[in-house]
Parts: sequence; C-alpha cells; structure tokens
Amino acid sequence: MSVFLILTVLGVLALAGFVLARQRAMALAGGDARRLHSRPNYYGWHGSIMAAVPAMLFLAVWQIVQPMVIESRLSGMFPPEMVQDDSARTLLFADVRRIAAGLESAIASGAMSADEASALDAGAVRDRLAATGVALGADVQPETLAAAQEYRGLATVGGLWRTVLVLALAVAGLAYAIKLTGPEFRARNRVEGVVLALLMLASTIAILTTVGIVLSMLSESIRFFGMYPIQDFFFGLTWSPAFQGNSQLGLLPLLWGTLYITLISMLVAVPVGLFAAIYLAEFADARVRAVVKPLIEVIAGIPTVVFGLFALVTVGPLVRDWIAMPTGLGNSGSSVVTAGIVIGILNIPFISSLSDDIITAVPQSLRDGSLGLGATKAETVTQVVLPAALPGIVGAVLMATSRAIGETMIVTMGAGAAAQLNLNPFEAMTTITVKIVSQLTGDTEFNSPETLVAFALGISLFVITLCLNVFALWIVRKYREQYE
Amino acid sequence: MTDVTAGAPERARGGSLLEGSARTKRRRAREWRMKAYGIGAIVLSLATLFVMLATILMDGVSAFRQATITFPVTVDAVIVDKAGNRNPEEMAKVTTIGYKRLLSQAFVAHLAAEGIDTAGVPEKDLGDMLSDDGPARLRDRVLADPSLVGQVVEVSVYATGRIDGYLKGRVTRATAERDTNVTPEQLDLADNLVAAGILTMPFNWGFLTGPDASDLRPEASGLGVAIIGSLYMMVLVAIFTVPVGVAASIYLEEFAPKNRLTDLIEVNISNLAAVPSIVFGILGLAIFINFMGLPQSSSLVGALVISLMTLPTIIIATRAAIRAVPPSIREAALGIGASKMQLVFHHVLPLAMPGIMTGTILGLASALGETAPLLLIGMVAFVTNYPAGPFEGGVMDPATALPVQVYSWASRSDPAFIERSSGAIIVLLVFLVIMNVAAILLRRRFERRW
Repeated sequence: MSVFLILTVLGVLALAGFVLARQRAMALAGGDARRLHSRPNYYGWHGSIMAAVPAMLFLAVWQIVQPMVIESRLSGMFPPEMVQDDSARTLLFADVRRIAAGLESAIASGAMSADEASALDAGAVRDRLAATGVALGADVQPETLAAAQEYRGLATVGGLWRTVLVLALAVAGLAYAIKLTGPEFRARNRVEGVVLALLMLASTIAILTTVGIVLSMLSESIRFFGMYPIQDFFFGLTWSPAFQGNSQLGLLPLLWGTLYITLISMLVAVPVGLFAAIYLAEFADARVRAVVKPLIEVIAGIPTVVFGLFALVTVGPLVRDWIAMPTGLGNSGSSVVTAGIVIGILNIPFISSLSDDIITAVPQSLRDGSLGLGATKAETVTQVVLPAALPGIVGAVLMATSRAIGETMIVTMGAGAAAQLNLNPFEAMTTITVKIVSQLTGDTEFNSPETLVAFALGISLFVITLCLNVFALWIVRKYREQYE
Repeated sequence: MTDVTAGAPERARGGSLLEGSARTKRRRAREWRMKAYGIGAIVLSLATLFVMLATILMDGVSAFRQATITFPVTVDAVIVDKAGNRNPEEMAKVTTIGYKRLLSQAFVAHLAAEGIDTAGVPEKDLGDMLSDDGPARLRDRVLADPSLVGQVVEVSVYATGRIDGYLKGRVTRATAERDTNVTPEQLDLADNLVAAGILTMPFNWGFLTGPDASDLRPEASGLGVAIIGSLYMMVLVAIFTVPVGVAASIYLEEFAPKNRLTDLIEVNISNLAAVPSIVFGILGLAIFINFMGLPQSSSLVGALVISLMTLPTIIIATRAAIRAVPPSIREAALGIGASKMQLVFHHVLPLAMPGIMTGTILGLASALGETAPLLLIGMVAFVTNYPAGPFEGGVMDPATALPVQVYSWASRSDPAFIERSSGAIIVLLVFLVIMNVAAILLRRRFERRW
C-alpha cells in the first residue's frame, strides 16, 4: 500500500474514531451530555487522535529508518572498496534506488512482467529501462543490479510490514480510546494536552531553522577548510577562482567591496532618513504626516529586484555619464557608487520609520521643559530630543547597516563582479553576497573548494549580520529601559 | 545674580522689541534650515520613488504590445504532408524549417499581391522579418487540426525583436546601420507595412501566458511559467506558514512559561527576521536539495525556503494581533468556566483573525518579491515547459518565479529584454498592489477599537 493510501485509511479510521467514541460516551451517559465530564465532541476528538496520531508517528519513523536498514543490509553485497568512500557510497545507493524504482515503474506500466524484471541481466537493464522512460547514467554493474533486485525484495517486504503495523496500531489506538471512554473520563484535558504539544512543536520551528542554517553552513565550511587553508581564506588579498584548481579565495577583497558599498549607502540613507523622520515627528502637521509616512514606506514594499533593475538601467549609466566619465574616474556602468546609492534609497524608509518611532517615544515632558526655557523647536530637537533618542537611532542605523551588508539583488545587478581592493568608488567591485550567488548558481556538486567557498562566505555573512543585529537590539533594549 | 545678567545676550541698545536681534535671527534661520532639510529629504525620497516607478512604467508598458504581421497562408500539402494521408504522426516529421519556408513564401507572395514596394530588401531578408516563433505555432496549429492542410488560413506572426523595437522607438535607422540583424531598408518596409495595415501592434497576450524564449527571440518570451511558478509558491507558502505561524504565536502569547526555552525561541524569531535572505537560499540548497533530495528549480523547494523566511514576519504580526485582544474578553470567558484552550480557540483567535489575515497577506506580498534565495535553488534556470497541474505533481516540476524572471531577463544582452524585464516588474507590482489593497481593505472593514 502506498503512503498516500495508508494516510487516507488513517483519515477514515480517525473519522470512525470520532463517531464511535462520541456515540459511546453519549450512550454510557444515557444520552444526557450533562453527566459527562467533558463535552461530547471532546470524546470524539480523543478517539480520532488516538487512532491517527500514534500510527502517523510510527509511519514517519518507519519511513526514515527503512532506507537506512536496507542500505546497511545491502552494503555487504558490494566489494569493500566500492563503499569505502562516503560520496561514492551515496552515488552507488542513488543508482541502486533509481534502478529499483525504474524496474517497479516498468512493471507498473506493463512494459515488463514481474518475472522478466527479476531475471534481467546487467547488460540489458539500461536499454530496457530507457525504453520505458527511465534514463540511467552509466552502465550498470552486476553488483548494482543484484543490489537493486535485493532492494526491491526488501522494500516490498518492508512495505507490507509497514502497512500491517501502522493499521494495527491505528486500530489498537482506536480500541483503546473507546475502552477509556466513559462519563468519568477526562477527555477534554487529554485533547488539550495534545493540542498544547502541537502548539509547542510549531514554536520550536524557529530554533530548528537556526540550527539548520548553522549546521548546514558549518559542516560544508569545515569541508572547505579541509581543502583550503583557513588563514588564506580570511586574510587572503586576492579572489580569483579557477575551476581547473589553484584558485585564490581570499575574503578580504569581497569584504572590502561589501563594506565600501555599505558605507556609501549609509551616507545616503542616514541623513535623508533621519531628516525625514525629524521633520515628520516634530514639525509636520498630522495631515501631511498621514500622507507622507505611508508613501515613504511604499519604498520598503518594493521588491529589491526592482531596485536592481533601476540601478542597472538608470542609476548606473547616469553616474557613469555625468560623474565618472567627465572626471575621468571610471567608465563602468556598474560601480560601488551606483550600488551604494540604490541600497541607500532602499534603506531610507527603514531608517526613517524606526527613527520616527524612537523620536515619538521620547517623553513630551522633555520637549515641554526645553521649549519652556525658551529654546526654539530646532534647538529642542538637536539638544534634547536627539540626545535622548540617540541610542535608539544608533540601533536603527546598525540594523540598516546589517541589511545593506546582506543585500543581494542590487549589488548583483549594480555593483559588478570584479573583486578588487581599490579606493576609487567609480570602479566596479563585488561583495560577499554576489560571490555566493555566482559560486552556487546552477551548481550542486559540492566537491571543489570553488563551490564550497560559498558556504564559508555564507557563514561569514551570517556571523557579521548576526553580531550587528544582536548589538543593535541590545542598544535598543537598554535605551527602552530608561523611560519605563 | 550679577553673573546671570552678565552672561545674557546684550539687546541692541536702543533697538525696538519688535525687531529681532542678530542672534534671534540666527536661531530662527537654523529653525528654518532644519525644516528645509526635512522637507528636502522627504521630497528627495519621494521623487526617487516616483522616478523609479515612472522609468519602469515607461520602459515596460510597451512589452504589453507586440508588432504582429498578419497575412494569409496556404497550408501546402506538398510541404507539410508528404504522404498525403493527413496522419498527424507522419506530419510531425516535418520540422519547423519546412513551415518557416512556407511562411516566408506566403509573406513574400502577400506583399507582391498587395503591391507593397519591397525595394532594397532581398527576399531572404523579407522572411527574416518574421519571428522564428511563428513556424512553431503554425506547426502546432496544423498538427492539432490536420483538416487545415490545403486551405488558406489567416496567420498572425510576431515580427522580430528589431522590427518590434523600431516601432517602439528603441531601434533607429542609425543603429540598424551597425546591426547585423536588421537593415535600414527593412525598417522602411516596416513603415510601409504599418501604412498598409499588415503590421499592427495589438495587445500581447503571449507576454502574459507564453513561456520564456531563447536569447534570439525576445519577441516570443512570456511570463506564463513564472506566473504559474509564483502562484504555486504563494499557495504553498500560505499553506505552510499560516498554521505553523498561528500555532507558534498562540503558544508564545498565551501558554509559554517564562523560562530559558521561551527566551531562546523569542531571540531566535527576532534574529531570523534579520538574517539576510541569501542565507536562507544556502540553507535550502544544502538541506532541501542536497540532503533531502527534492528536485532543483521546483516550486516546492522555493516555497519551503520562502516559508522559513516569512515565518518570523508572520509570527510577529500574529502575536501583535493576539495581544490586541483586550483582557476583558479573556476574563469574561474564564469567568464563565472556559478552559484556557477554549478561551483561545473560541474567543481570542476569532477576534484576532482580521489582524492575522492582514499580517499574513503583507508577509506573502513581501515573499512574492523575494529573489535572492530562489537564485541559489536553481529557479533561475531557463524553463520553457509549463509545470503540470497542482494535483499532478506540478509543484515538483521546474519553474521560475516572477522576480527571478525579472533578473534573468535583465542579465541578457539584447536590449529588447530590458523592456520585457520592466514589463515583468509591472505585472509583479500589480500583484503586490492587489495584495496590499486587500490587506488595507481587510483592516478597514474589520478593524475594531476596544
């Protein structure tokens, strides 16, 4: 029975559990719901949970364990040198599975009888499977075919046991739930316990994601540092990957490009965002504010790829033709300035709305005190409000910096691909994120340092942005405590 | 007391009280300057926003119209059906090359019949004005309906990207001089064809429904696959994130005890919201594709990655909506004997629903525009086949997404693709506007002041 069919049967059993358990509860209570501990539906829910949940958990565990057991049984069929190396072993078993699946689908579509499939010899299997639409890469070794046949046998036996055990467990759960059901049985508490467990499980996904990010990047980075010296990566001054080997993969040129672009973007975003926030929070009247604030926030809702195209088509040529070429500083359409300006624009609403919130959170009494002493509004802003809001604004700027560092599409389309340590902002430079994209796009064979380096870049990026964010949150939190 | 008066600014002796001193003027000027900077900053950012949208709109709106040449073709049995028995399987042996010849001949004949001056354009160049997409379409049409063989059918064929660009003002005679793909004479002919009504610019449905096309045929490229891919992804993201996000928010807002684990979860959620999106792409590549073996470029993997990315946003919005339900409701429910779980599911959740929906739609809107992680899981691939239906495993088929299509068109060399790219952005922005308006309407309709 296929997994889908088993799940359908489980669904039917769960429905039956609901109806049976509810009926039994009502019958035992003499048809009077008031004599039950919980409301009748809870008995029903208890019935379906007992029927479906243990069986589903068992099924999930079985699905994970079965291939592992089969693989360890099959390893004995190969000569030891074929299964020694981890990656060779993975490829080998992928082949075995593909052949087994191909044979099964050939039988299912009627292209081959079951006896024919069992009697195939290694030379013919590739052509026969190709005829039924299953493409195999290399020629099939006799051992592989034998293992595939064995795999089919084991999988069939396993599938049979799986069906029997899962359905038996579901029926047993159902029977147990019905046996428990009675007027004194605290069905609601049980059901609520299960629901609470599910809610808790959902909230741990955030942790699982973080663990997944760190583990996936860490394990591949360790493999990378096994092939490429760690000090050369972190302190290397040249970035020149070559797919025939002998690459120089130094982080510093990329880090420099990233920080340079981030600096320029902050030079655009911080003054503009801050002045806009000060005006909106302190000077503008309510009607202007109600219109302008959402309009500025529209910028934040536009996908970054749109900004990327804007950098590529409009800002890049503009900077080149009006600034870089007349001053003789460069002739490239993609440059640090282009990417910096556009990321700066992207970050304006981020800085302005965060600073706006922080400025409005400064207690009115401070302003009243300052105005009462005869200060003008501008003096109140610069000498009272801004110093009070400063930690929060610094936090906002740090968060915006971390966003600029992690920004990908704008730099991919606007900053260029040349990794260089250069002071001229009108030259094309590149960033960590651009290189992650270019090293990983369209490539999933993770064997060479040239692709694995992307994971080391990724973890560097992750650590940098994480530190900035944690630091920013710490500052903001510390600031918040002052007025509470 | 004397110190204070000594430090005070000296008023201009004998001056009027109504006239400000130099220092007052300075202070007022500063006030004025600060306001001007503020207004300047706002004007600057809104102007940039306006310029950006205007450029894209101007570049992209022409992608919705397409130069199309309409003329009658006699579907010659000698070319398309050599055996003469109208059997589609045998007719399928005739490749598009045969149909291309058929189209070119019919086009040349039609021009001659209409008496249009083709001076300076060799016969071969006449045929080259038709897109290579035309023969393939005619072939599909004939194979689907063999009774067309031998009849005269009216066909509409896209003109090539250069002719299209000329009618849209992108290609001029000066650029045509230097271009190997088009001659100035062809452009003159195009003017004549427009005058004769053979070359028209109708609305280009193919741009919205067609699949992507190769570098050489910008005129035939469309957004069909990208729109389907984005649609699949958004539906899956909603299915994945809404139940999990709501469940996690309920737990954290209503049940979580104040302990280390809860703190850890909270810190994690706020940090995940700030992790660069490309990192999620790396995660997807390493875990979903390499470890779990899910197919590359599929909408399923894209949806999983985007879901992990969107989940923190949705949790934050949902928690705010749950928190906004006033304590009086909770106390009333507990007071008449509801359990904590009944309180949440019977009272808090229904009341928080509009807020949750608004937050979710806004989260999905930002997920729709996400590009970087999708590049890493292979959605930037060149996909010309539509994914299968959603119930036939279509989510496992290779697909692209709208923002990724914007990127991949923008990185091609032919300038005609910049127009396509901007056109794709217009489609993307239309979807975003619809989603945001829906969120605003929802908020207006159900917003409740307690």
